[in-house]
Amino acid sequence: MLSIFYFLSFLAILCALMVVVSKNPVHSVLYLILTFFAIAGHYVLLNAQFLAAVHVIVYAGAIMVLFLYVIMMLNLNAAVEPNKKSWLKIAATASGGLLMVVLVGIFRSAVTSGTGNPSQSQVGLVHNLGVALYRDFMRPFEVSSILFLAAMVGAVMLGKKEIH
Amino acid sequence: MFSAIPLNYYIIVSTLIFCIGVLGVLFRRNAIVIFMCIELMLNAINLLLVAFSSFHGDAAGQVFVFFIMAVAAAEVAVGLAILTMIYRNTGSVDINFLSKLKW
Repeated sequence: MLSIFYFLSFLAILCALMVVVSKNPVHSVLYLILTFFAIAGHYVLLNAQFLAAVHVIVYAGAIMVLFLYVIMMLNLNAAVEPNKKSWLKIAATASGGLLMVVLVGIFRSAVTSGTGNPSQSQVGLVHNLGVALYRDFMRPFEVSSILFLAAMVGAVMLGKKEIH
Repeated sequence: MFSAIPLNYYIIVSTLIFCIGVLGVLFRRNAIVIFMCIELMLNAINLLLVAFSSFHGDAAGQVFVFFIMAVAAAEVAVGLAILTMIYRNTGSVDINFLSKLKW
């Protein structure tokens, strides 16, 4: 179990790094899909089966198709990005690395109170999550449908050539 | 047979993924790649929420992740529409062309 965890974490972190460093945006999207699959594997490992399925459908399915579609529609699949100034790159790497060092240093010695065994936890099953979603979180669920409606109308309005 | 994974490992992994996302936002100039790095940061937080929820046996964290996914989907739809419009107006998705509001 620990070896699966190590493998998935290594895959996720490596692919996340490749998202950042690959020149071609299409390669970035493909590495991002691999990262999402690794994170879905983490969800399965945590016995969050419903979220693993939703994650694969929503992220690796819908969102990544949208990204690829836009990249290919705008014809960005060549590496056309001009180089940033080198001192800006160094500053970006230094500040990102410093943030990483500080956060890891803080959380490494964090005292966590998690007691349960996550592979035996039952909260991620469809039945239990559905009960929580439709009983305790009914109103946020309905509000999110309004959000989707607004996002749909907004995307269509933004995509129109000109508004009469 | 099944050795349990400590919660701290999940914290470290999602911290690393989050910091890679921050690095990408600072490092790249292509607006679409910056957008992908924001997705990466959201996913790191999702992983952490699911880990906490699973370890504590509380379903609220996973419901919250569900809502984050919904918001992220809406955000990507609107954001990519905005990017398409930027490309139509400036002919590029380089964020350095969008400096009108810059100090």
